Amino acid sequence: MSDVTDAPPSRSIGRLTSEGAQELAPRSATPPQVLQEESGAVLRLAEGHVLDIEDLDFEVREDETMIINMGPQHPSTHGVLRLMLELQGENILRSKPVIGYLHTGMEKTAEELMYIQGSTNVTRMDYLSPFFNELAYSLAVERLLDVEIPPRATWIRMLMCELNRVTSHLVSIATMGAELGATTVMIVGFRERELILAFFEKVTGLRMNHNYIRPGGVAADLPDGWRDDVRAICDTMDKRLDEYNTFVAQQPLFHQRLSGVGAITAEQAIALGASGPILRSTGVPADLRRDLPCLAYDSVDFDVIVGSAGDCWDRFLIRLNEIRESIHIARQILDLLPTGDYRVQDRKVTPPPRSRIDESMEALIHHFKLFTEGFRVPAGETYVPIESPRGELGCYLVSEGANKPYRLHIRGPSFTNLQALPPMLRGGLIADAVPVIASIDPVMGDVDR
Amino acid sequence: MTLATVPYWGQTLIKVLLVLIAVPTATALIVQTFLFKVMAHMQSRLGPMEAGPHGSLQLMADGGKFLQKELIAPARADKKVFVLAPVIVLISTFMLYVVIPIGPGAIGEDLDTGIFFALAVSSLSVIGILAAGWASANKFSLIGGLRAAGQLIAYELPLVLAVVGVVMMAGTLSLQGIIHAQTHFHLFGTDLVAPFALPQFVGFVLFLIAAQAELTQTPFDMPIAESELVAGYQTEYSGLLFLFFYIGEFGTAFGLSAIAATLFLGGWWVPFYHPTGLWGDLFGFGVLFAKTMGIAFLIFWIRFTYPRFREDQLQAFAWKVLIPVALVNVLATAVFKVVIG
Repeated sequence: MSDVTDAPPSRSIGRLTSEGAQELAPRSATPPQVLQEESGAVLRLAEGHVLDIEDLDFEVREDETMIINMGPQHPSTHGVLRLMLELQGENILRSKPVIGYLHTGMEKTAEELMYIQGSTNVTRMDYLSPFFNELAYSLAVERLLDVEIPPRATWIRMLMCELNRVTSHLVSIATMGAELGATTVMIVGFRERELILAFFEKVTGLRMNHNYIRPGGVAADLPDGWRDDVRAICDTMDKRLDEYNTFVAQQPLFHQRLSGVGAITAEQAIALGASGPILRSTGVPADLRRDLPCLAYDSVDFDVIVGSAGDCWDRFLIRLNEIRESIHIARQILDLLPTGDYRVQDRKVTPPPRSRIDESMEALIHHFKLFTEGFRVPAGETYVPIESPRGELGCYLVSEGANKPYRLHIRGPSFTNLQALPPMLRGGLIADAVPVIASIDPVMGDVDR
Repeated sequence: MTLATVPYWGQTLIKVLLVLIAVPTATALIVQTFLFKVMAHMQSRLGPMEAGPHGSLQLMADGGKFLQKELIAPARADKKVFVLAPVIVLISTFMLYVVIPIGPGAIGEDLDTGIFFALAVSSLSVIGILAAGWASANKFSLIGGLRAAGQLIAYELPLVLAVVGVVMMAGTLSLQGIIHAQTHFHLFGTDLVAPFALPQFVGFVLFLIAAQAELTQTPFDMPIAESELVAGYQTEYSGLLFLFFYIGEFGTAFGLSAIAATLFLGGWWVPFYHPTGLWGDLFGFGVLFAKTMGIAFLIFWIRFTYPRFREDQLQAFAWKVLIPVALVNVLATAVFKVVIG
């Protein structure tokens, strides 16, 4: 690794912009304290869990390491994640995820938007599971407002969320295929997702950023013929899932590439705040749908898929099987969906129907007030966690009684899950880095917000 | 007028021109057929459809695009080596085509050591790849180049050992000689004439696997591994120089498929119909082309189906599985040769 590769182009850039603590300095220039912190990610591991920097099962030769920068423009860092890696040959000694390249200040924007506008904003955060963002936000607002939404709205929300979980997991499986060079798996995953996105478009008018789940219910009732569509989706997915089983899950090369790669223990996962498939893959049966049921999850039957090894293979299989469970829930919703209103009839929260505006002065005033001033939410604060495809998606909302939130904070599962990346990568090969990122399934919009 | 009446320099010129035409044409065929269309249809999509009927002229558009692009070398690159590297890869591909027999009387040069020459020149490309990786002054390129070197050396052995079985059965290194040996080979002393793919089935499979790795096609595409190394040793290349690597990769894919067809499927020969003269050569060319495309289909089918090996798995597969099996195959061939005669 002579003068050709050790040339530090970053030094000239560094004079112009300060990259601060983002840079990964060579081992010799890094104090031991920092080295130790890096190995424990942003160091949320308890003292005893801090990884020993010398515990790798190969000899570290200080003068033969190379620092390599993956991203933010790299084909497979899932958007704009940037990864600094210290390599010895092909082995990863240290790694540092650098985030912030997609930071658009959405939480700050939320403070400037009325509650009624808020869901258009939050839906753009985790862009692969927009319904979950809207749901967490709407549930938080509803809790502060103390309104009870009609059961049909609850069940419609559940249906859309479960289908959204399927599309999100399909993207995860597809990208995992792409990372491993199996282009067919990638295409197949996106093909099936298209089917469900077409249904979303029919219901909400959009393929993503739906703004469909709003405080007070949902934006519109399900369209005619939705049962046939959902049934067709369920039938197709059941058939295709069997295909995936032979095509992916029983494919020996997939198993070889993923099993034992990026393994963490349950203690590590909990200490690092991981949730969702990453926590479940370590054997912890944590699923907020079961532990803290919102919506009507306590009246449908589903299994929580739990792994044991905590490696990429388990995380991959958990997602694959969660698709099956979600389809199972969607089928039950087909039978159980109650009739009634799709949003509360409280005119202080939801606008009157268009036809009423021509007839009723009161409706016109409500409509006008709602879209100019919005509704006021009683002072208070709340935190609503839900189980998004990536883990615990929480919405922390503080109101001072105005028509805008005082503070909105989203606990993004991708952000906390990303903390588990350095312990997963340590000691592995650079070829494993990419599937490990894919197995965490981070959405950068959810990380940076 | 036949070719024999043309003076030597004229013959050479014609052959060089033919090879210069054959390699890009073969590349275009492989890319258009497999990469664009077969892959697309296997993956429930259409592939390029706009340029020409069913997208058949897409490569013209792509080729034109490559030619227009600016050649950019990184500031720290070793410029001479950077430009030379893809040329070395390309030359290795061109030389491979010289010894492929396309008919009873049609061959670039019927060397006595034909197959030896083919394997030797096909492994020249590793020099170009390593040079590209080093000269690019890019860490991804360097890792890619080193991976390629390790992989090509590891899979060279099973490739050669798989050929050894065929050579022992044929008793010659000449590719025409190997085809003639197959026309006279009788399976287990019966009247059944069979190409070497049957008695050397293990060798055939070994050859295909090793060829897959030599061509760095998935599941052996670690050196390029676009999801990790961006594009491996090709990362910094653009325009014409990138096109050279491209032709090198897919032109060699066609060349190695043709070699496999010659070694194991009897090349231009088919049973029961043996035309001679010019028609014989043309017919032989058609037969060889069909067999080659069949083998290329196998290679690309596997490419589209499998994820890629990791570096350690890839090396372990070569050294712990392929090479021992190849050695046993050579031994078994020797025993049979002595016992059956």
